[in-house]
Amino acid sequence: MSVLIFAEGVDKSIKKSSLEAVSAGFALAQKLNTETIAIAIGDYDAVALQELGKAGATKVIHVTAGVPAYPSALAYASVLAGAAKEVAASVVLLSKSALGDGILSRLSVQLNAASATGVLAVPEVSGDVLKVRKSIYTGKAFAELSLTGAVKVISLAKNAVPLKEDGVVATVESKTYTVSDLAGKLVHQKEEKASGDILLTEADIVVSGGRGLKGPENWGMIEELAKLLGAATGCSKPVSDLDWRPHHEHVGQTGVKVSPNLYIAVGISGAIQHLAGVSGSKVIVVINKDPEAPFFKAADYGIVGDAFEVVPKLIEAAKKL
Amino acid sequence: MKILVCITNVPDTTSKISFSDDKKKFNDAGVQFIIGPYDEYALSKAVDLKEKNNATIVVLNVGGPETEPTIRKALAIGADEAIRVNATPTDAWFVAKQIAAVAKDGGYDLILMGRESIDFNGGVVHGMVAELLGLPSVSPVMKLDLEGTKATIAKEIEGGKELLEVSLPFVAGCQEPISEWKIPNMRGIMSARTKPLTVVEPVAVEGNVVYDQFSLPAPKGAVKLVDASDPAKLFDLLKNEAKVL
Ligand SMILES: Cc1cc2nc3c(=O)[nH]c(=O)nc-3n(C[C@H](O)[C@H](O)[C@H](O)COP(=O)(O)OP(=O)(O)OC[C@H]3O[C@@H](n4cnc5c(N)ncnc54)[C@H](O)[C@@H]3O)c2cc1C
Repeated sequence: MSVLIFAEGVDKSIKKSSLEAVSAGFALAQKLNTETIAIAIGDYDAVALQELGKAGATKVIHVTAGVPAYPSALAYASVLAGAAKEVAASVVLLSKSALGDGILSRLSVQLNAASATGVLAVPEVSGDVLKVRKSIYTGKAFAELSLTGAVKVISLAKNAVPLKEDGVVATVESKTYTVSDLAGKLVHQKEEKASGDILLTEADIVVSGGRGLKGPENWGMIEELAKLLGAATGCSKPVSDLDWRPHHEHVGQTGVKVSPNLYIAVGISGAIQHLAGVSGSKVIVVINKDPEAPFFKAADYGIVGDAFEVVPKLIEAAKKL
Repeated sequence: MKILVCITNVPDTTSKISFSDDKKKFNDAGVQFIIGPYDEYALSKAVDLKEKNNATIVVLNVGGPETEPTIRKALAIGADEAIRVNATPTDAWFVAKQIAAVAKDGGYDLILMGRESIDFNGGVVHGMVAELLGLPSVSPVMKLDLEGTKATIAKEIEGGKELLEVSLPFVAGCQEPISEWKIPNMRGIMSARTKPLTVVEPVAVEGNVVYDQFSLPAPKGAVKLVDASDPAKLFDLLKNEAKVL
């Protein structure tokens, strides 16, 4: 038996959300009295792989051969199915992402496993049943689920489980697994990605701007504040609809769901569909000139004021942090 | 060409969510139900493709009789016929099995649905359906162009997009800006009443997920306001009180 965790990467390092999944996997493996094994697919060096050890893995399976050069849910699902069978995994853990969803959906069918996505804590063990908690109705409610059967496949919400950093040096094994022919039917052309930016979904802090900022030319101050805080930038839907900002920055019901430690909203009214994407944030700060803006009801801290006066002052203060 | 569009019947995005006293059941009193917003993007894309490729659109929902107004709306928007699998969905796996059972011998060239439902937010039905049918799948798709049997797709990835090509048939989970939502016109609404809506019985599925109970988040405390003339105070609070800096 074992708990197997899929480690997703970005730019040749393991994502923080995947390290959280490994830490959750470790905590679960303790309860199940079994081994914590991480699997990383692609080009990682020994230092990157040892991050998995620190987070709680005792063994790392590293797959470099026979897989596409870009992330492929189809290919990765077959690799994970092979590995899960080989190490007799009773639980496979991933972190919730578009890639994670793609893998989990296929893997759960291949392993005939019960599945749940976006789980908010380390699963509880009750005999052969795992009990998990997840958010539903896009952050408006929670559900408690029981997963039965011999194998479970679970994805973990981001920033839901604390990172373990005192693990061991993991043994690393290179392996290959059969990849489904179907994977070759999706022909990768190219990737268009803003390089160097902090990923919105992975960020500890997010600074987000809305229509109150009047136009794309005013985003300089948002970017500057974000940079000083080590934050990613986000926006409301009209802002991306108007092409002021790229679509992948659009936060909310129909966009990206974020759950950072700190979400700072500038000139966003706080429509229910926007709130749906940020309700998982630990602390919310709202800056809006209208004291009646609904966002203040969902906020922990607020400043009632004109963004064009408040944000430059915040930038000055952030320089002194 | 034949397109299957799978839609969910979900509470309007502005709905207040509540549950029965025993926390076991969603309280639907006074709730307005709609086509899932992501599913509506999928349907809108199908309507675009229909105009260009002389396609037939079949819309599919797994749900009880109460979902028929939502299905009729999809017919008004431009679907040609509808299938309702007469069952209350229990989880993603159940729904995926029903969709796969309908799609298996349907001769569909393309299966579209939303990237996720806005009630249970699983985001896995498209992948499960594709796996059950032995088809490739892509999600979340923000652009889809069809040239003969070859599709060019832009898929959103974290921090940008990936462009890829795939041949029909395949399954796609859709999101904006793949197409603009269509507002049904009078003719669409009239004809929707008489378009065929077939009710089929569900296939048996062995479940392995049980929803034990539902709950609501704890109410948020009052916001702490910081004076606009002293924003540095905000960082002080974030650092020393909230401890997030
Ligand atoms: C099905 C559906 C799905 C949706 N999905 C999403 C989604 O995913 N994400 C999303 O964001 N929206 C979504 N929406 C749209 C949502 O309803 C709102 O229209 C949108 O969030 C409003 O964006 P905003 O707050 O930037 O703009 P507005 O509502 O126009 O608000 C601008 C705010 O800026 C403030 N302001 C103006 N000037 C200043 C200034 N100088 N300084 C400080 N503050 C200022 C104003 O007081 C106001 O509160 C969805 C809607 C529907 C129907």
